[in-house]
Amino acid sequence: MDNAPGFAFQILQSVFVVLAAPLVMGWVNQCRARLQNRSAPSLWLPYYTLAKLFHKDAVIARDASPLFRITPYILFGCMWLAAGIVPVLATGLPFAPAADVIALVGVFALARVFAALAAMDIGTSFGGLGARREMLIGFLAEPAMLMTMFTAAFISGSTQLTTIVDTLAHREFAIYPSLAFAALAFLMVLLAENARIPIDNPATHLELTMIHEAMILEYSARHLALIEWAVAIKLFAYMTIGFALFVPWGIAEAGNWAALPLAFAALAFKLAVAGAGLALIEAVLAKMRLLLAPEFLSTAFLLAVLGMLIHFLVSG
Amino acid sequence: MAMVLLADDAYLFMVAWETMALSSYFLVTTDHRLPAIRSAGFLYLLIAHLGAIAILLCFGVMHGGHGDYTFSALRAAELTPVWASVAFLLAFFGFGAKAGMIPLHAWLPEAHPAAPSPVSALMSGIMIKTAIYGMVRVIYDLIGGVRWEWGILVLVIGAGTTLFGVLYALMQHDLKRLLAYHSVENIGIILLGLGMSMVFIGFGQTAAGALGLIAALYHTLNHAVFKALLFLGAGSILHDSGLRNLNDMGGLIRKMPNTAFYFLIGALAISALPPLNGFVSEWLTFQTALQAPLIDHGVVRSILPLFAATLALAGALTAMCFVKVYGIAFLGQTRNAPTEAGARAAHDCGAAERIGMAWLAAGCFFLGLFPVAFLLILNRVSEALLGSGLPETALVSNWLWLVPTAPAQASYSPVIFLLVILAVTLVTFFLVRRFYHGRVRLAAPWDCGFPAQTSRMQDTADAFGQPIRHVFGPLYRMRRILPGPDDAKPRYELEIEDRHWYWIYLPVARLAGWISAKVALLQQGRISIYLLYSFVTLIALLIFVR
Repeated sequence: MDNAPGFAFQILQSVFVVLAAPLVMGWVNQCRARLQNRSAPSLWLPYYTLAKLFHKDAVIARDASPLFRITPYILFGCMWLAAGIVPVLATGLPFAPAADVIALVGVFALARVFAALAAMDIGTSFGGLGARREMLIGFLAEPAMLMTMFTAAFISGSTQLTTIVDTLAHREFAIYPSLAFAALAFLMVLLAENARIPIDNPATHLELTMIHEAMILEYSARHLALIEWAVAIKLFAYMTIGFALFVPWGIAEAGNWAALPLAFAALAFKLAVAGAGLALIEAVLAKMRLLLAPEFLSTAFLLAVLGMLIHFLVSG
Repeated sequence: MAMVLLADDAYLFMVAWETMALSSYFLVTTDHRLPAIRSAGFLYLLIAHLGAIAILLCFGVMHGGHGDYTFSALRAAELTPVWASVAFLLAFFGFGAKAGMIPLHAWLPEAHPAAPSPVSALMSGIMIKTAIYGMVRVIYDLIGGVRWEWGILVLVIGAGTTLFGVLYALMQHDLKRLLAYHSVENIGIILLGLGMSMVFIGFGQTAAGALGLIAALYHTLNHAVFKALLFLGAGSILHDSGLRNLNDMGGLIRKMPNTAFYFLIGALAISALPPLNGFVSEWLTFQTALQAPLIDHGVVRSILPLFAATLALAGALTAMCFVKVYGIAFLGQTRNAPTEAGARAAHDCGAAERIGMAWLAAGCFFLGLFPVAFLLILNRVSEALLGSGLPETALVSNWLWLVPTAPAQASYSPVIFLLVILAVTLVTFFLVRRFYHGRVRLAAPWDCGFPAQTSRMQDTADAFGQPIRHVFGPLYRMRRILPGPDDAKPRYELEIEDRHWYWIYLPVARLAGWISAKVALLQQGRISIYLLYSFVTLIALLIFVR
């Protein structure tokens, strides 16, 4: 796999993902504002916010440890790695075999653990509260995510996302009932992992209900910017994992420049639809009580397991 | 301990096994003046001997009354399926008692905290692993002809052990007790790997079986490294600050940065996070579960991934537990430690402690980054035991890529993984520094503008486990005292006990007490009655012997 076009694709995709991620965030916010009958903010607002944050002076609590300062960089690195491995534009990227879907879940877990540790570093009451809740959501979402991945892995006989996409994209059109269950479970995990309604509300600073925001309360300026950016990349990565598993059509192969425009167009279309859909979900649902979150996520887990059992049942 | 591993003969094995049990009893009771430690030692001795009896019986069953007791003779002995299963059950529960699998784990969270920390590290890291060795040796090698039903039993017990271990660990606030419960959990993970391997072997899929065996053995090795590191870290905290209750710690990262650094590595490794070693063995176990379509038994094929789900759940819970440990012990603000413990100011670990932890931490990285070298060694083990190892496609790969079956199916390269993550993190760091500024202002914590922030407002170890208590409530036995609204001195008390005591141990103890009471009736203390017993026995013998 040591080929120059492959590496060119890898670098292209990595840069593209980092630059495009805030745009998706902006699009989701715009859609949601429209659905709520507000006048919509600019599509580029996330970029302005990031630029503003980068220019400010960082304010750090006096007794913060080094862990607190390096965590934003680790988060950003983890998310960047994840987004670089997922087949966003092309399959067969040279770095992709370094981590399969299980390792991908591991990367997200690594980022989560560091975020939670940093939240507890200052020793404020909100930090601990946020970390505790985030880990609660995490331990329920992670198995559900893995089971979703396993369903796809059983269908394609591989845990490599590249192979999964190849199998699913180049098959004759067939309906996999197991994938339908897995898709529903994946959607629920996506909502929970990215701190969206109904588990968490990304727009709130209402103290008693927040999860993700509570963890990053003490961050400011460039550290906050990196975290916000990482959050945007995470959402992007999750969406593209979803595309890779459930609607893989239109993706290019590494080194095939001719297929690239089509891949871009397909990706843009899918992201637009998914972003609008996410905004719709957030507009029609209310945030759940925190204690209902375990039920929500165990439903996701059971759906994923059901999907896997159905796969075994159908394939005999 | 080494004798157990070298023995090629059932006699020597048992003698070495008993020597190990007895010597570790004396290690546990180093501080024998405390009654709690004495009772922990007795409990350990009791369960160790129950296990030893089972192992002895197992050797007896395999021996079957002919031949001698060398391992080669035992290996050659042909057993009927029923007797083989009896031998399997005896071996499984006999060694399981030593390994600390549920429901025979009760000694472990008592004995480990009672022992001095280096001894805990030794016991948790190595001694309970000899039980895994014994299990593999006896079941795979001596009994042979592994059946898949056995594998299912091992899987069920392993899954139960894993979940109970981690759920009870989440409830602990004594650091060493918490680590002891994690040893229980990790034994469960090893058993999951072994069970999957036995299921595959039972169905004739030796390649997948070899993968499961390798995963289990690799986890055994990994657990020895990171658990020893964590116990030494806990010992370092105990030694340098005099604290063992998490609720008294806090902010230790500022006072003992070295210990904090090594403990972080251990915590990340045990939480199965890439690119450290715990992740590799869990990844291999997942890959084993993903071989499930090879089995041509519909039910078994579909339940195998459920055990992988258990493993995933346990992994995520472990991560939560170590966020709790690390966040509460090392991060945050110093809590007001009560009485004499707080009098000793905490200081960083000494050079000897540092070396002890440093090489184990390096081991975590090394085992995590270069798993292929160890995989090849373990592959030889599986070739010796099963007659076949991993498929050719897996072995052609070089040291960089970990490939359990074939490159198209799954691969993982921890080195590239680490390099990429380091590269992107550094690139980010320097780009941010290059284009913007590194100005930092130090201030008081913001905390949503709340001014009167004290260290008592932080989460405690028990508070961190609260959501888990809520979700898994029925699994615990809890006693709670909640303050009323008008209390002048509100008090909140929570006590959590292991349900196994009430399910199994206390009924068994009552039964034993009852039987001894009945037997005691025989002892009247009068010579004439004892003479009568002898007379009756003599008559009975005369009748039967003729």
